[in-house]
Amino acid sequence: MNVGVNSARLNLRLEGWRSRLLLTVLLASFLGLVGRAAWLQGFHAGFLQQKGQERYSRVIEMPASRGIIRDRNGQPLAISTPSESLWASREDVELSAEQSRQLASLLHMDRKELDQRLNGGRGNFVYLKRQVPPEVAQQVMALKIPGLFQQHGFHRAYPKGEETAHLVGFTDADDRGQEGVELAFQSSLGGLSGARRVIKDRAGHIIEDVESIRVPRPGKDITLSVDARIQHLAYRELRNAVAVNKAKAGAVVVLDTRTGEVLALANYPDYDPNNREHLSGAQLRNRAITDTFEPGSTMKPFTIATALEVGKVTPNTVIPTGGGQMTIGSNVIRDTHPATALTVSEVIQHSSNVGAARIALSLPSETLWNMFTDVGFGQTPKLGFPGEAGGRVRPYRTWKPIEQATMSYGNGISVSLIQLARAYTIFADDGVLKPLSLTRISAPPAGRQVISPQTAHEVKDMLELVVKPEGTAPAARVRGYRVAGKTGTAHKVSGGRYTNRYVASFVGFAPASAPRLLIAVMIDEPSGASYYGGTVAGPVFSNLMGSTLQLLGIPPDDPGSSAFSVPVAKPTASEDT
Amino acid sequence: MPTIKELRQRFLAPLDPTLFNTCLILTALGLIVQYSASGSDMVKVLSQVRNLGLAFAAMWVMAVTPPHKIERVVFPIYVVALVALVAVALFGEVSHGARRWLHLGPLRLQPSELMKIALPLALAGYFEWRGKSINWRDFVVAALLLLIPVALVIRQPDLGTALLIASSGFYVLYFAGLSWKVMGGLLAAGLASLPLVWHLLHDYQRKRILTLLDPTQDPLGAGYHTLQSMIALGSGGLFGKGWLQGTQSHLDFLPEHTTDFVFAVFGEEFGLLGELVFLVAMLVIITRGFFIANEGSTPFARLVAGALSMTLFTYTFVNMGMVSGILPVVGVPLPFLSYGGTSLVTLFISIGILMSVHHHRKLVKQ
Repeated sequence: MNVGVNSARLNLRLEGWRSRLLLTVLLASFLGLVGRAAWLQGFHAGFLQQKGQERYSRVIEMPASRGIIRDRNGQPLAISTPSESLWASREDVELSAEQSRQLASLLHMDRKELDQRLNGGRGNFVYLKRQVPPEVAQQVMALKIPGLFQQHGFHRAYPKGEETAHLVGFTDADDRGQEGVELAFQSSLGGLSGARRVIKDRAGHIIEDVESIRVPRPGKDITLSVDARIQHLAYRELRNAVAVNKAKAGAVVVLDTRTGEVLALANYPDYDPNNREHLSGAQLRNRAITDTFEPGSTMKPFTIATALEVGKVTPNTVIPTGGGQMTIGSNVIRDTHPATALTVSEVIQHSSNVGAARIALSLPSETLWNMFTDVGFGQTPKLGFPGEAGGRVRPYRTWKPIEQATMSYGNGISVSLIQLARAYTIFADDGVLKPLSLTRISAPPAGRQVISPQTAHEVKDMLELVVKPEGTAPAARVRGYRVAGKTGTAHKVSGGRYTNRYVASFVGFAPASAPRLLIAVMIDEPSGASYYGGTVAGPVFSNLMGSTLQLLGIPPDDPGSSAFSVPVAKPTASEDT
Repeated sequence: MPTIKELRQRFLAPLDPTLFNTCLILTALGLIVQYSASGSDMVKVLSQVRNLGLAFAAMWVMAVTPPHKIERVVFPIYVVALVALVAVALFGEVSHGARRWLHLGPLRLQPSELMKIALPLALAGYFEWRGKSINWRDFVVAALLLLIPVALVIRQPDLGTALLIASSGFYVLYFAGLSWKVMGGLLAAGLASLPLVWHLLHDYQRKRILTLLDPTQDPLGAGYHTLQSMIALGSGGLFGKGWLQGTQSHLDFLPEHTTDFVFAVFGEEFGLLGELVFLVAMLVIITRGFFIANEGSTPFARLVAGALSMTLFTYTFVNMGMVSGILPVVGVPLPFLSYGGTSLVTLFISIGILMSVHHHRKLVKQ
């Protein structure tokens, strides 16, 4: 038998060479293992140690809290509170039907939606819900669902809601400013997030806090120039006026005439910054700053001021108004209330287009353009606000006579409400134009003399006539105070043509003897009983100015006018165009 | 009345001191690493201590039983194991996609574990029974005895265990004197059939082998185990991170860190030095086993001792090879270190049989 063994030898000993061969193989194998181990642990150890460390040592971000936005009196307008984001690692999530039900009810989510988040979509990482209150997050984590994690962050809250929505703006889920002050002051409000090195296990739980790499630097607080109380009044009056006049939109700006600070800025339609689920573009628009409109008659004081400044006229110069009609080429300019002649003061008081046009045509176009540009029209107000509009003032070289004439009463030129408000401060502050400020400032900034104090006084006197019973806006009067202002009613331009839709406005300041507050009101497309600036925007001005003067404790300068001689609601004799 | 000293003498007499002391050292190492790997879980460590008690008892029983008495039961045991394997194939419990477990009342058994020790015993018993007239037909019969259980285990599917069972049987054939020509032929046939085997492998099995070539190919899937254990070993360096200081297992990156991959925990915490200590201890046991095999009183005793020693070596080599990334991932526990009752008891039964062969080596001469 050649296959097999020698059984005699089997009986005695295992064949020696067979054992020796196996022993050799065995020793070689073990040496191989030792060699492999030595390679891993000696030669390759550094690399593998680093790989091991990469697996557990992580750097996590420590979010910094965002600065608080306050009003000038310290009232919070935007605050950050701790919040949690709940996220899941889809592969690791295991939850029972009961846990799924509890989770859905804690997060106020549909179970279907929850299921979709956890099972649908690509990738392993998914946010279940962001900006969850810490106590809710705690309850969720108490369910001890594997694969579910929380991440610290902050939730931005806006205590004043709609009232300050456009002004303050809001942040996105990553705590970055998206609108308003939140965006304009992002660099100082947003802090610098810190970093920590931690040890995490495979499931991502933090096992140990190793060291702090960078301490989070919280954002800086900001104190706005806005007074929340005035803002509240402005918002309330505006909303009311838009409703009463069945208007499309509206905006109000309140300025401190001495410092250029914005005390209030309200827009309507509005939105709730704390609940922004269904937002339309119209709600978001900060009209006072981003929208321009043809100002209409509110431009007339600047035309008059130019003529006074160059000595072309005095307040008492008589301007022939040709029976309320004037022809330039093929165009006819009309007044609502025809007169054969008016003094310069009366042109303002009755808002005569013919008078303003005649004065404008007596001036070089460059002089007029210089005035418009000097008071800031055609340039952005540089508040640092998102989407600031500069308006449009066409270069004077291209002006035709009819254009120069219509521009004198605010057609063919566009401005934003805040530009208009700022420009009017020259009449309140002896001809000085100051920069506007959204933040509270301690001392008035240096201004620029745009017109002489005398011209400013003369125009102011004319503006006071506007709210007299014979003026265009007796409804803008304020009991106990002298008020100076001007109405504006402009046809809206659509597709290059004037339509029968209007923008009604009023810009004015008080107390006229020593101006403190300036208010500009704009109501877009009033479609109620009236569309005139005096009757639509005038009452808003009157109510807001009256309550704000009282609120700030500014002493009355006209105690005699305690009783109105003219009922507010009744349309007055003359209306502007 | 025997004195306590005499009792102790009588109790310890069958226990080979070399084997016994080395086993004690390795067992202690095992408990220490289990405490760390389980995350300082005393319950798990105590449960392993209970398994050890059972295992030591089994070892002592085997040690005091003479080989010729063991020989009488090897065929019945083989038949029981075979029946159990068939039963698994018919009504076994499916766990992780494989049918490996059998429920017998409160007991949960893995018959393939029993077969690991039953097969070499049965084959050795067969050759002993055939005695002096062994010819090529006996090797055919032995091959059948080997291939039937192996085929059953492959079908579970549990390729790793099947290969281990096959190797433990093969060692008996090898020591019984299987011709070089046959072995050469088998090797050639094996190599030639590799493409066919590859074709027959399950996808996951192919993946494990491919992964070996480059574990980084699929670091989160098939390569995950190997990568994590290699990282664990490498992180240990020369002297290790120290007991309870391993991060790979404690932070849960390392899978199966109390069972099949316990060596990675051991290596991470005790370093190359600790591994050498373990390897030397294993080498002592295995060479002692060879020595015992050489002085065995009967062919059965010699064959069994030789095969069991080699099986110990195989387990150690395959497990460590897998953990250090030179062999594919197969479910093989590491002797002495891995957690688990069945594997511990079979291990100590093997040691007990070695001790028995040594203790009863002179019986025949008498």
